Amino acid sequence: MIQLKVNGADQSFSGAPEMPLLWYLRDVLNLTGSKFGCGIGLCGACTVHVNGQATRSCVTAMSDAAGKEITTVEGLEKNGLHPVQKAWMQINVPQCGYCQVGQMMQAAALLNSNKKPTDQQIEDAMAGNICRCGTYQRIRAAIKSAAGEMA
Amino acid sequence: MSPIENVSRRNFLRGGVFAAGAFVLGVRFHPGLLTVDTLPQDTHVDLAKFHPSIFVGMNPDGTVWIVAHRSEMGTTIRTSLPLVVADELDADWKRVKIEQAIGDKRYGDQNTDGSHSIRSFYDAMRVAGATARFMLIQAAAQQWNVPAAECETDLHVVIHRSTNQRAGYGELAGAAAKLPVPAKEQLKLKPKSAWRYVGKGEVSYDLAELVTGKAIYGMDARVEGMVYASVERPPVIGGKVKSYDDQDALKVAGVLQTIPIDPFQPPPAFQPLGGIAVIADNTWAAFQGRKKLNISWDNGPNATYDSGTYKNELRETSHKPCKVVRNIGDADAAFAKGGKIYEADYYVPLLAHATMEPMVALAEFKDGKVTAWAPTQNPQAAQDIIAKELGIAKEDVICHVTLLGGGFGRKSKPDYVAEAAVLSKKVGRPVKVVWTREDDIKFDYYNAVASMYMKAALGANGKPTAWLQRSVFPPITSTFDVNAVYGDPGHLQQGWTDIAYDLPNLRIENGPAKAHVRIGWLRSVANIYHGFAVQCFTDELAIAAGRDQVDYLLDLIGKPRSIDFTGVDYPNYGASLQTYPWETGRLRHVTEMVAEKSGWGKRKHSKGSGVGIAAHRSFLTYVATVVEVEVNDQGEVRIPRVDTVLDAGLVVNPEATRAQFEGAAVFGASIVRSGEITATKGAVNQSNFQDYPVARIGDAPLQTNVYIVESDAPPAGVGEPGVPPFVAAFCNAVFAATGKRVRDLPFTSLGFS
Ligand code: FES
Ligand code: FES
Repeated sequence: MIQLKVNGADQSFSGAPEMPLLWYLRDVLNLTGSKFGCGIGLCGACTVHVNGQATRSCVTAMSDAAGKEITTVEGLEKNGLHPVQKAWMQINVPQCGYCQVGQMMQAAALLNSNKKPTDQQIEDAMAGNICRCGTYQRIRAAIKSAAGEMA
Repeated sequence: MSPIENVSRRNFLRGGVFAAGAFVLGVRFHPGLLTVDTLPQDTHVDLAKFHPSIFVGMNPDGTVWIVAHRSEMGTTIRTSLPLVVADELDADWKRVKIEQAIGDKRYGDQNTDGSHSIRSFYDAMRVAGATARFMLIQAAAQQWNVPAAECETDLHVVIHRSTNQRAGYGELAGAAAKLPVPAKEQLKLKPKSAWRYVGKGEVSYDLAELVTGKAIYGMDARVEGMVYASVERPPVIGGKVKSYDDQDALKVAGVLQTIPIDPFQPPPAFQPLGGIAVIADNTWAAFQGRKKLNISWDNGPNATYDSGTYKNELRETSHKPCKVVRNIGDADAAFAKGGKIYEADYYVPLLAHATMEPMVALAEFKDGKVTAWAPTQNPQAAQDIIAKELGIAKEDVICHVTLLGGGFGRKSKPDYVAEAAVLSKKVGRPVKVVWTREDDIKFDYYNAVASMYMKAALGANGKPTAWLQRSVFPPITSTFDVNAVYGDPGHLQQGWTDIAYDLPNLRIENGPAKAHVRIGWLRSVANIYHGFAVQCFTDELAIAAGRDQVDYLLDLIGKPRSIDFTGVDYPNYGASLQTYPWETGRLRHVTEMVAEKSGWGKRKHSKGSGVGIAAHRSFLTYVATVVEVEVNDQGEVRIPRVDTVLDAGLVVNPEATRAQFEGAAVFGASIVRSGEITATKGAVNQSNFQDYPVARIGDAPLQTNVYIVESDAPPAGVGEPGVPPFVAAFCNAVFAATGKRVRDLPFTSLGFS
């Protein structure tokens, strides 16, 4: 039996310990904000926070999530919108939107550890998140805008 | 299609299909509305108190329901078309609710591709809004006993100024519902000066849901009792299962059963590819079980296909005379005169769509009927193929449209939706088929591989005296017709037979090529390879002639005129040449404007940096793009800036349009940098983002400036036309920066990254 916390709530899981966290979140808990894009850690669509760190849930086994605190987009902000979500709306970032939860989770983790990232730091932090619709320039702008608000 | 229809179809359609209402999916249904009076086909529009059109309805509380019958894959179309209705209705956008239509032929065409949603439905949307407004005015006038002509509307109210009376739309809805629906001729559309939303635009109706993770994509669809499926398909198209052993697969925890799917009967069209499906109680178990399958394949007739050999064959074909698809003057006679002759071969490989959301669909077969939920660009085609596969009537298939995590043309082909329906029938439960990224890359309907041979003779001032271009590519029609080898007019028009240049001797040819994979359309389609060849060859000639590229391009385009297509099979994207003539003046204008906006010829470029330009019309929109690149000693290429100017006629939603052109630049960057599908022994070699990379943040342009030409011309496309000129301008910029000419895509063949 694996115990973990998801968005502040205690959960236990008795299925296969090698099952990736992503599918536990999506199929078992019905938290479908985190997306499946590649399944091998190459696109970032599945990004969640594990103990505050941006993590690819598609390559994180349930056994590795044991005892950890998981935050998904559904739990990113208890009251209203997180500054990255506000910035994402203000800059009108999403096109299809499918990658954007992963992008925002990655950006939120970046801003937690670095209040005022440089262009290069933004690029480095976001390099693992693909947006096939091509919203990158707005993602950069939104991260800067969110950084401004969080400062 | 008659968009105006006052009678709810409920009475005609009441039947057993109500069973599907048991599933409440958040995509479309509101649980409270699922009473015995409703049918799955009924929209809130149909159910509204006042519903003068299939597209618009209103309730006494003033809520306006508008149907979005086109699919939302990121273009904001689900917002932009309803915005046109709301504008003509003078409705308060905040009181508008949008409802996604199911596949239903009463809406007319629903295949959201070809960048034509606005063009094809702009008038219908205005008429729908104007009809409702007309009837609300009539209702108010009757109530106040004043002439309707004296009444006007303001935001969500009807006003009679001289008696100082006003009534909210909601209050009038009941009375308006009793009035006859006016004929189109009775309507007076709003003048442009009174437009509220058209030309100003709005952000996506779904924006808040998109940033909170609440938006429902196909991947998120869920119904009671559903199971998950993952399918091992024949690795070579047209192959089939010889034998299989599922013992180990069935041992995987969560795996419930395996099910064979029949191979398709050629041509493939939208049929499932066949193979073995693993059914499980969660997605991951289905993936795991599938890995444990032991299948031996009969690879069929395409097993000898090798993309390297095929490339050489295309090139050889392009070096011999082919079928002439357009001719002016006598190019051969001009070439025979000698002078400076230039030749070049251009090549673009097979390209995959790689939408961020892989193919996925959920379907339930029950009591002889199917309900499907799918991220599809083409719900009516999904109905058709499901009906055909299951031997049921199209009317017995309901296809709900979820949000799409990207489409780019792939999701116009509903093979994956058919898989779900076929499996549900065999399993007896709702089945959700989830494609892995590997499935998506290996079993795409690829954009055609193409080889282009270009030849020109330059005369005085470096201007071509003769021009010959030949393209050879396996046509999209091969997906629907086993014998098709030549390009059809619909794809030959794309940047090929419609070349803008004013030349005395011009010959355009197309050669045959047999397809060995499924060929389909990808964002801007044949314009990708045709535009690349024409616009890069033009750059080569300008340099050979020692001319400035902008001057040279304008010189070749020639005087403003409408291109004469007499004798050419030129469909003009399905639009009439009267309404949408091919106007070279507009191409000139965007070219001149982008030169000015980008500071062409004015900015200094240091070593390793340079700019390139290209101009191209596609989907009836004129675009010119300047790309700036920086290339370091390792051949690593960055794109600091892109300027792009577009003339798409009337632009309904400028904000969404800018986003589309920003995205098109990134899409084009992927094509130039890394897009390449290859095949060995008939099977595709690539599988995921490690070997089919797409542009990441650092690969994309740092800044794309989009300029929209103010125009009253009828609306044209915006989703696709940004791609072709970007691709060519990018390659021309690489030449300017490095002196290396990119003729084969992707540019990794020259050592760039
Ligand atoms: S789905 Fe996890 S990184 Fe792509
Ligand atoms: S918004 Fe579509 S993939 Fe990023």
